[in-house]
Amino acid sequence: MSEAAAIPRAAPLRARPVRATTEPAAVRWLLIGAALGFLGLFLVVPLVAVFLQAVQGGLRLYWASITEPAARAAIRLTLWTALIAVPVNTVFGVAAAWAIAKFEFRGKQVLTTLIDLPFSVSPVVSGLVFVLLFGRNGWLGPWLEAHHLRIIFAVPGIVLATLFVTFPFVARELIPLMQAQGTEEEEAARVLGAGGWQIFWRVTLPNIKWGLLYGIILANGRAMGEFGAVSVVSGHIRGHTNTMPLHVEILYNEYNVTAAFAVASLLAMLALVTLALKSVLQWKVARDLAAATAQSSKGPRP
Amino acid sequence: MTPMRMQWKQPSVLPGFGLTMGLTLTYLSLLVLIPLGALGLRASGMGWGEFWAAVSDPRVVASYRLSLATALAAAAVNAVFGLLVAWVLVRYRFPGKRLVDAMVDLPFALPTAVSGITLTTLYAKTGWIGAWLDKVGISVAYTPVGITVALVFIGLPFVVRTLQPALEDLERETEEAAASLGANRWQTFRRVLFPSIWPALLAGFAMALARGLGEYGSVVFISGNLPMKTEIAPLLIVSKLEQYDYAGACAIAVVLLAASFALLLSINVLQGWSRRYQITT
Repeated sequence: MSEAAAIPRAAPLRARPVRATTEPAAVRWLLIGAALGFLGLFLVVPLVAVFLQAVQGGLRLYWASITEPAARAAIRLTLWTALIAVPVNTVFGVAAAWAIAKFEFRGKQVLTTLIDLPFSVSPVVSGLVFVLLFGRNGWLGPWLEAHHLRIIFAVPGIVLATLFVTFPFVARELIPLMQAQGTEEEEAARVLGAGGWQIFWRVTLPNIKWGLLYGIILANGRAMGEFGAVSVVSGHIRGHTNTMPLHVEILYNEYNVTAAFAVASLLAMLALVTLALKSVLQWKVARDLAAATAQSSKGPRP
Repeated sequence: MTPMRMQWKQPSVLPGFGLTMGLTLTYLSLLVLIPLGALGLRASGMGWGEFWAAVSDPRVVASYRLSLATALAAAAVNAVFGLLVAWVLVRYRFPGKRLVDAMVDLPFALPTAVSGITLTTLYAKTGWIGAWLDKVGISVAYTPVGITVALVFIGLPFVVRTLQPALEDLERETEEAAASLGANRWQTFRRVLFPSIWPALLAGFAMALARGLGEYGSVVFISGNLPMKTEIAPLLIVSKLEQYDYAGACAIAVVLLAASFALLLSINVLQGWSRRYQITT
């Protein structure tokens, strides 16, 4: 920068110089307008529509739709499912990230790809694999039936399908962050006599807390909103195996559109909260990541 | 770090490798690998003749064709508008930009059933947008166009989020050089900028395509689900399952899985390629 400043600048040839690396203002505003128009039509209009449709029949009807027994049962089941699936996958995600980011071993790339696998499987196929294992004609079906155990068309199936689809979220968020942060701080703690859990709670966790929270938020959003996988395994038994998205489907297919949108509006609120937290956390994670990269590029590299 | 490639794992003073690795492998196997393996085994147990009969059934072929065509169309629309959105978000300043940037992830965050019923209500003949389109003779809901609209909604963030870092990494110097050599803005974009972002664009396109092939929730409501006409492949899996035709469902699923793994592989190759591209330029 200082060298560039030493070179005298050429006088502008025109009265209003056009910067060489941007477009004329008219083109800029045209492109901005086109982009915002597209986003407005495809994102904003549907979002607004959810809430307007939900309150179409008045607030009293809205309240009745989200507090009737079947809706309450669906809300309860959705919350329980997320309450099981998210912590389990969080523990797994932290363990996987610790193994992958803090150690060097063969086949690391393959393991990382396998962890991402559920993202590239169609939701319907995610449900199907559990039906094949535990369904009436499935491998373990006869054994389960003999022992009066139900997984498919019951709550355990819903939890399994949700575990499957939310499996990669936490691990995928933590692996790059922990890889960037390296192992120096943990090694220093070790040398100073700290035990494994002490290192994790005192050194690692404070470093990764925002990334961890980010992964949890995303996993929770997916766990509460999953439709395809859960729909295949649930059997749609109202009051028993209906999660909120499935309840929305049933109401909609019964032409009870206002009630369907009332329950859908709760899910849309969840989505908005997820988005808001996500954009706050994204900033914090980016800061942690930048700090880690700056640190490692300053120090001597082997 | 001494290169000890003969060993499976390099020695480390940190504890917990056995515990975390054991937990990871056990959980991964139980939850993901064994169930997916069961699907593969079930399909391979069918025998080639039966498998081929299941996947070459006209109704199944029609569903593959429809899924592929609509996913391709939606990914193409997203490639164009996703590039526009990413460009505007990276290059220009305008009021509300951070809000717009956060909104791009809405299709990720909104449960698919909610997007499904909302898009159907909007694009039905009586809906806000559908009524207006109906006047000019275009019907969207319950046609392949409707399926494409749903897939455009679902796929948009993939293209935008893949392109944004690629656009941010572009160095201004190359553009300045192009301008000083007499290129106008369009020439600079086409000859200088586009060649270095197109691997990212292609990767985003492939991700949107992969998601579109398997998408279920946002499509089932708007598609109308007429066999041979508006029945997508994932929906056909569900209806086979409802008739307890596990073998038929498996066969369709295996083809769908193979397609998405092929896409996943090409995305990985593309991303490696675009990274190399950025280093060399």
